[in-house]
Amino acid sequence: MTMQVIQHIELGSAAANIEFTSIPQTYTDLYLLICARINENAAIGEAVYITLNGSTSNFTNRYLQGDGSSASSSTLTRYLATQTSNQATANTFGNAAVYIPNYTSSNFKSISTDSVSENNATTAYQALQANLWSDTSAITSITLVAGTGDQFMTNSSATLYGILKGSSGGVTVS
Amino acid sequence: MTDEVLTRVVIDCASGEVSYIPLTDEEIAEREALAAQAEQERLEREAAEAKLQADREAGIATLKGLGLTDDQITALLK
Repeated sequence: MTMQVIQHIELGSAAANIEFTSIPQTYTDLYLLICARINENAAIGEAVYITLNGSTSNFTNRYLQGDGSSASSSTLTRYLATQTSNQATANTFGNAAVYIPNYTSSNFKSISTDSVSENNATTAYQALQANLWSDTSAITSITLVAGTGDQFMTNSSATLYGILKGSSGGVTVS
Repeated sequence: MTDEVLTRVVIDCASGEVSYIPLTDEEIAEREALAAQAEQERLEREAAEAKLQADREAGIATLKGLGLTDDQITALLK
């Protein structure tokens, strides 16, 4: 297996959306790492939503989430990940790992995420999200939307990796 | 939220070019729709959780009325 950086962005100023366009179609899977802080002041964590190829249609979702005290499961359309908000410990960012297998195939696309909103207190969110994009198009662009009505703060980052199925049995990261 | 201009950062994976572009009116409207949808789903989720809790409490009261002890009810609900 080979994992290669496609693109990396660290925000020099706040942005409402982070968008990767012209994604190469030469990999097998996509792996997206998000490390963000969102300017939401009413809650410890905030949601990140996803748009694929500019489309907000044909998404279904189920998530399992813990908040430091209890666990819950529900649905929230296009909910990709939880991240740290401006209500949490200063200079702290969330983490999310998003895996999209077979992104160029003509099948529907599954998107699996595990994410946390870091906070030095009892309340912090950990979530597993399962999204399905019921579209047969190959994925050429991914948009991350800071919700709801918020922005990704300066120094938030996102790294898009391409993963190639290998035959050697080893792993190469470049 | 302030009245600052909302922007999106676009990373072209083919060229590596990074652009900060103001959101269009359509994109702003889409964000507002997303916020409204999330709020609606939150209200539905909270209503469902409240009903679940109310049904649970009513069920426990019914079991007690039938003569079950607290420990028996706890064992049943485990």
